[in-house]
Amino acid sequence: MKKKSPEKVLEVKGLKKFYGESEILQGIDLAVHRGEVVVILGPSGCGKSTFLRCLNGLEEIQQGEIRLNGEQINGAVNGWHRVRQKIGMVFQNYELFPHMTILENILLGPIKAQGRKRSEAKEQAEKLLERIGLLDKRDAYPAQLSGGQKQRVAIVRALCMNPEIMLFDEVTASLDPEMVREVLDVMLELAQQGMTMVIVTHEMNFARAVADRIVFVDQGLIVERAAPEIFFHAASDGAGPQVLAYF
Amino acid sequence: MPDWGISVVFEGQNFSRLLIGLLVSLRIAAVAVFFAAVGGVVLGLLMTSHCRLVRWACRLYLEAIRIIPILVWLFLFYFGLTKIFQIHLSAEIAADIVFSLWGIAEMGDLVRGAVTSMPRHQLESGMAIGLTKLQVYRHVIIPQAVRRLIPSAINLATRLIKTTSLVVLIGVVEVLKVGQQIIEVSILKTPTASFWVYAIIFLLYFIVCWPISLYSKKLERKWQS
Repeated sequence: MKKKSPEKVLEVKGLKKFYGESEILQGIDLAVHRGEVVVILGPSGCGKSTFLRCLNGLEEIQQGEIRLNGEQINGAVNGWHRVRQKIGMVFQNYELFPHMTILENILLGPIKAQGRKRSEAKEQAEKLLERIGLLDKRDAYPAQLSGGQKQRVAIVRALCMNPEIMLFDEVTASLDPEMVREVLDVMLELAQQGMTMVIVTHEMNFARAVADRIVFVDQGLIVERAAPEIFFHAASDGAGPQVLAYF
Repeated sequence: MPDWGISVVFEGQNFSRLLIGLLVSLRIAAVAVFFAAVGGVVLGLLMTSHCRLVRWACRLYLEAIRIIPILVWLFLFYFGLTKIFQIHLSAEIAADIVFSLWGIAEMGDLVRGAVTSMPRHQLESGMAIGLTKLQVYRHVIIPQAVRRLIPSAINLATRLIKTTSLVVLIGVVEVLKVGQQIIEVSILKTPTASFWVYAIIFLLYFIVCWPISLYSKKLERKWQS
């Protein structure tokens, strides 16, 4: 088991999100420490994806605050693009840019957003591609890759920005079953290397293996937080009704 | 002895006059295509703006151009402006303006369609890697939108070229007008002149527009792979 640092990378306090009248997130508090892996579970439509999207400003929040390394990041209307350079996010849909090669996909952020030198960024990108075994695909286009390969590239694309924290929004949900493994393995490896991660997933076994902490969300509220051993144990006997309903 | 009316086309300076007329048509079309390409992208992006007033103004412009026939616009700019503002535009300049305005409007609508048809997650994943919205448009949305709209943009270009024949009516001597002049002069001597002259004009338009269509097909194939 890796050691958890007391340093908070991400801190969320009283986050509320409305769509018109309906309250999607009803006051979420969560702190993620450096090197920690938090897995968010919960039934469909409970707001967990929305929560993740709030964390990097893809959704506006109506109340509460989000801090990255102690600095408040919500409310900075035009500053989100700078914040997002430190928050990597991978989505459910394969969201590579179809008109660019794999390498160009990965280099776009480092070069255009971070203003890094192409040669230096390329070196890092190739190293990362090699690690996931896709270096030979660097000049291919996304359409030539399988779903699992695309998702792995999407992870590398986010990693190449050297983020402080990575957000994963059901990244295996639209993959064929036989490709889920390869993507989860990459995430597991990342976790072992000490990357700070917040993961929304429906893969229970994976959640159990990767998480330092499980957070259970229902109807826009965190109803349970526990270490995975305790969470899954409690889920088998005497957990809250929402958690039981989920299993 | 059959009547070789086609010889009319090659009598004297006739053929080179037709070519010069064609050049006038193409000049107007080229100006319009240039402004349509540049202005159309701008208009198309403005049409996707969050500001309602901007969208509304763009819409008004587009609908005004569409609802009122091009011919009326030509008259408006050539005859109307002269009367109201006491400025005299040459017929060709008036045609340049009207066809550019038309091209921008139509191209703008094509760009708007292509941009809004882009899946939302393309924008989001661009923003998620820290690009500004402007950068996402520049590197992700517009390059893909352009690929999508190439076929319809090429179609618009050929439509512009063909529709320039309207400028005859404000007195620009372009290929069709030259054709009519040739026919008028030779119709008594060669009764079939009109057939041959128009056939040649058809051929000229075809020679201009066909390669453009071919080129668009080639681009489409290139970008599909």
